[in-house]
Amino acid sequence: MKRFGPERSERSAGPSRRGFLIAASGVGIMLGFIPARLAVGAERPLSEPQALFEPTIWYAIDRQGRVAVNIIRAEMGQHVGTALARIIAEELEVDWDQVTINHVDSDPKWGLMVTGGSWSVWQNFPAMSRAGAAGRLALVAEGAKLLDVDPATCIARSGAVHAGTRAITYGEIVTRGDLRRTFSVEQLQAMPIKPAADRRLIGQDVAALDIPSKTDGTAVYGIDATVPGLVHARPKLPPTRNDSKVVSIDDNAARAVPGYIRSVALEDPSGTVPGWVMVFADSVTAAERATDLVKVVWTVGPSAKVSEKDIQDHAARLIADPKGGALVVDDPGLDAAFQAAGSTLERTYTTSSAMHFQMEPVNALAFEKDGLFEIHTGNQWQSLILPTLAKALGRPEATIILRTYLLGGGFGRRLNGDYAVPAALAAQTIGQPVKMVLTRADDMRFDSFRSPSVQTLRMAFDGGGLVTAMDHHAAAGWPTEVMVPGFMPKASNGVAYDPFAISGADHWYNVGAQRVRALSNDLANRSFRPGWLRSVGPGWTNWAVESFMDEAALAVGVDPLVFRLRMLDGTGRNAGSPPNAVGGAKRQAAVLAAVAQRAGWETALPAGSGLGIATTFGQERDMPTWVACVARVRVNRTTGDVVVERLTLVADAGTVVHPDGALAQMEGAALWGLSLALHEGSEFSNGQIRDTNLNSYTPLRMGDVPDLDIAFIPSEEVPTGLGEPATTVVGPAIGNAIFAATGARVRHLPIRPAAILAALASASPR
Amino acid sequence: MVSFQLNGRPVNVSAQPDTPLLWVIRDEIGLTGTKFGCGIGLCGACTVHVQGRAVRSCIVSVGSVSGAAVITIEGLDPDGKHPLQTAWIDRQVPQCGYCQSGQIMQAATLLQDFPDPTPDDITAVMNGNLCRCMAYIRIRAAILLAADMLRRGER
Repeated sequence: MKRFGPERSERSAGPSRRGFLIAASGVGIMLGFIPARLAVGAERPLSEPQALFEPTIWYAIDRQGRVAVNIIRAEMGQHVGTALARIIAEELEVDWDQVTINHVDSDPKWGLMVTGGSWSVWQNFPAMSRAGAAGRLALVAEGAKLLDVDPATCIARSGAVHAGTRAITYGEIVTRGDLRRTFSVEQLQAMPIKPAADRRLIGQDVAALDIPSKTDGTAVYGIDATVPGLVHARPKLPPTRNDSKVVSIDDNAARAVPGYIRSVALEDPSGTVPGWVMVFADSVTAAERATDLVKVVWTVGPSAKVSEKDIQDHAARLIADPKGGALVVDDPGLDAAFQAAGSTLERTYTTSSAMHFQMEPVNALAFEKDGLFEIHTGNQWQSLILPTLAKALGRPEATIILRTYLLGGGFGRRLNGDYAVPAALAAQTIGQPVKMVLTRADDMRFDSFRSPSVQTLRMAFDGGGLVTAMDHHAAAGWPTEVMVPGFMPKASNGVAYDPFAISGADHWYNVGAQRVRALSNDLANRSFRPGWLRSVGPGWTNWAVESFMDEAALAVGVDPLVFRLRMLDGTGRNAGSPPNAVGGAKRQAAVLAAVAQRAGWETALPAGSGLGIATTFGQERDMPTWVACVARVRVNRTTGDVVVERLTLVADAGTVVHPDGALAQMEGAALWGLSLALHEGSEFSNGQIRDTNLNSYTPLRMGDVPDLDIAFIPSEEVPTGLGEPATTVVGPAIGNAIFAATGARVRHLPIRPAAILAALASASPR
Repeated sequence: MVSFQLNGRPVNVSAQPDTPLLWVIRDEIGLTGTKFGCGIGLCGACTVHVQGRAVRSCIVSVGSVSGAAVITIEGLDPDGKHPLQTAWIDRQVPQCGYCQSGQIMQAATLLQDFPDPTPDDITAVMNGNLCRCMAYIRIRAAILLAADMLRRGER
């Protein structure tokens, strides 16, 4: 196995390998997976009443037949609860208006809690389907008994068991029946899941359950959390993310601020927030103003003078050194192919630092109550930050709970729960509830932003212009190495690597002998905390791969679409395999051909306009979402300004559970791709990120939104993810379109007008 | 002590007059539908109405609204069924939802000023409201739908 993500470990030891338990309770029945320790010898009777209520509980049906589904994934705009609850409701045979969702707090019983990687639907689909089916089976059996008929003559529909003209509702069965029952792992795996043609909810449009509260101000986000007697706090951030130490604090000026309480240097045994000073006050405003007036002297770490250029120069040196790095793909014969090549092409692509800028600045409310340390905040990876919080607070993880809230944007920022640590430490230090809200500038300086990257790609062609080898070297900061090194798999040469920072380079094109070398930019890792930003590595690897494919096509005089289709032949390791990648590269070829046709690839455009094409497999080879994009741009040759007129996208994500939610994710992700390509990008400077607010960091606004034409390939294959894939194709499609329009080749993200003008100056006239 | 009208009711608050209206509404009064985003008036998440005009409450001091009528998302419609809110659900606009109170409050004054808005009118007024999920296409569609509902006299 070349790679694994956090969900993989859950898949191997998770709910799908456990038995299923239905337990009666006072108010209804609960249905859930048996915890691993109970699942040993799966079918043994569970006589202890305590055990019946102990298991991980996925949903409950009450005496009115209402189904409440517990959601352990974070809601950050993807309507994840709506998608997951539908999978259960489909097999359970209940109507959508009987279903509610409940976003749960952290608890070991839920297993691994992480929301990212576009994994949620893909990962949960089999288990949730079986959970629904098991419930239906039990309800039919018990309903038949109550109706005094043979279960084989019964069907379940709309929350009732029907036998001919007679019926009994689930609510009645729950009230009158005896639903205690367990299913073994084997029984679960043999559970018949509906054929696609029989589905009534999956693939149909229903209203997302989380939307109404997001239109009237009643939706509750982390920043809305409150508790009586809380103290407000704002950090005084140190000059560097790592290695700063507080020497002295002078709060004389701050004392003039009404409501100011005091300033404290945090002692952090977890090392998460070195050099932080917390400024306490009786209001957000007082804390903000006082912090500005507090003077702190620090000793700073070696990164205080590091710049983006230093980081990128270091990356280039790492690439230039043939030693080092992880050989993620390492085919024999690569060097020989380059030596024997009729021609070769080498290009280097770079990307700038890019910020999350989630709308809700990071924040947390923390306090101790009844022996439990409560942290109220929106978070994407509870299982990652809980051990850190335990270390920081010096108390067992079991006595810390993360209360769940809606996220005012995730995009990967809240996978890293580092912001929970200073709030918790502050509450512990002053022995009172503390609500810490970062200002936007604090949030930006503390962001785990997307690392800048450098990539060098080489291609070998035979005398006839056919591709015989491809070599890809990528250097960037590695979030997984910094934050969760235990999750890094080992490459064929034994070197551990961050799979999320290289995915995309291991593409589905047949290019002959292939090598992918992933290099950790240790200077980046030391100077800031690299983060997972929507799509992570595929956001930069595909910028390189798909720009390079265009340059390679040009080099051998082949249309960029034809050039790609030739290599997406679905043979060898790119043939694909069940369950996740049935069809392999042929499905990628299909979306590519479809998008070209849809966008009028052959159409001649006026001077200064052009079409560019790109295709990717989304996030990971293990979970490919096939996606392709054609961008239509108009370029002003005098100013270098680019107007994106239209983005056409086609995706094949297998079965689509919540079509409107899927479309919304495609829309948002495509515009993210555009925003990152033309409107965002920052720069590391003197140990800090340069841009700290919207006065200089400028994500896409309504006025720059192009026409969007998005289509899905109808499919009954395994559902894959949709939160990120579209972000990965748009940038290179735009870059390629700029070339088509003007002959200017840009190799850096974001694409600035000055870069286009410079490329125009060096390009041959077209 | 500053007094003003909030969602039709008189309020007296003890915050310093130079405190941003946003934090008075959120923390002292406890209406949290109005959101904090950038603190410099450039994202629009904190948009409320003061005397019927959309303003950025993060850069308006509470002292400056003394005696004025302030409306937040909670007060836009007594039942949360303003045509914009209905349209927002119909078009399934929100993703994370954090900016949407501000978007809706901005759009409400847009529809007063331009009952029959063109796409350019919408862009011109709404360009100051950042949606980081980039639900812009649906925001635009929902505004057009709400305008249509208002013209037909629907609620």
